[in-house]
Amino acid sequence: MAITGLFLIAFLLMHMFGNFKMLMGAEAFDHYSHYLREFLYPIFPKMVFLWLFRLALIASVVLHIWSATQLTLRKRAAVGGGGRYVTKKSMEHSYAARTMIWGGIIIVLFLIMHILQYTAQVLRIGYADTSQPLDSPYARVIAGFSVWWVVAVYAIAMLAVCMHLWHGFYSAFTTLGANVSAKARSVLKGCAYAVSALMYVGFMIPPVLILFGVIK
Amino acid sequence: MKITLRIWRQANAKATGKMVTYGLEGVSEDMSFLEMLDLLNEELTVKGEEPVAFDHDCREGICGMCGVVINGIAHGGQHTTTCQLHMRSFADGATIDIEPWKASAFPIIKDLVVDREAFDRIIQAGGFISANTGSAPDAHATPAPKREADKAFDNATCIGCGACVAACPNGSAMLFTSAKITHLAMLPQGQPERYSRVKGMVGQHDAEGFGNCTNIGECAQVCPKGIPLESISQLNRDLMKSLFKGDGKA
Repeated sequence: MAITGLFLIAFLLMHMFGNFKMLMGAEAFDHYSHYLREFLYPIFPKMVFLWLFRLALIASVVLHIWSATQLTLRKRAAVGGGGRYVTKKSMEHSYAARTMIWGGIIIVLFLIMHILQYTAQVLRIGYADTSQPLDSPYARVIAGFSVWWVVAVYAIAMLAVCMHLWHGFYSAFTTLGANVSAKARSVLKGCAYAVSALMYVGFMIPPVLILFGVIK
Repeated sequence: MKITLRIWRQANAKATGKMVTYGLEGVSEDMSFLEMLDLLNEELTVKGEEPVAFDHDCREGICGMCGVVINGIAHGGQHTTTCQLHMRSFADGATIDIEPWKASAFPIIKDLVVDREAFDRIIQAGGFISANTGSAPDAHATPAPKREADKAFDNATCIGCGACVAACPNGSAMLFTSAKITHLAMLPQGQPERYSRVKGMVGQHDAEGFGNCTNIGECAQVCPKGIPLESISQLNRDLMKSLFKGDGKA
């Protein structure tokens, strides 16, 4: 859970950083996007590194979901089904920590939409001609985020992602043994808040700017 | 004080339990929570009803027998044990819900009494040190660094009451297990069996059917002894190290 989670967080930070190329225009973004396809060429043939990386991501997602399933099954067995207490109050008020599994499910659904929209181009939302895929990744992003409800869906999905990280980042380091004192815990939680806030703002900048026509 | 109690009544492990309401008058705010239950039981006995079964022993917060969930919080949310909770913590006319610990590994024996033998089996799986018998060694024969000794002592205060399990949304006993792991891992006497201990205790913890830790922190909030969440990180560190050691392998 912890190791795959941290790998996925590292990927998201890279992804967010790459998205900022949108601010530098079509040529810069498309160049970056195509470069990812031939990354480490000629050491590897073109696309090979990309697919190795994709496989690592897929493996992380699968292992992460498998761990979550194990945790949930053990939880169910351990607390003896729903309706455990007639009255239940929490002393630790972390909504994010309590709703990790639901946040995770929302993220999986969003991920499917995201890949169908921008990678596979099955969902051609906002395309001028929906019968043809668009070659330019820049044009794909512009087309998608010109539609207000796509931006709204991303805004909600990113909220789920950042809530997930809010607890996930801290929890991963705690599982790996980094929670050595009360001070360390507040540092870890501080970092978790910073990373989630950074991610929300960072990922939402390009879609919002596109929606308001700042990036065309 | 006049209070209304809603108490979980369950005749035995197999019976279906339910909340039963009792009115109780003449409660003093200086009474401990258990004295209040004694008062209720006196009244029930006089009326010829079955008194409410609840566990207790020392009534001074050091034995760990008396835990119940009060108004949805293990031990009532005052950072103390149920026996050290006093009726002044409640308003006159309050309705108080009392339920037993609920976890598959803690089967209910009767009413508010649960079987916590799963904890004993976790301790038997490694929560000890092996020492040859003989005359007691001099207290200063094995020096222990002050910081580690303090940490060991803080963790040794765990009384095994089970509140951590009762409060954990995952039904995990990680805080209990990690308190013993940390206690012994900090001391020189605990070193020879350090890594076989963590493997054995975590293995038994899982075998007993407790859930896994997702670092929510509910356990540390209800712990009457203030066992900190970082004990679980200590357990995780030792468990990871143990994977690279042969200790505990056949």
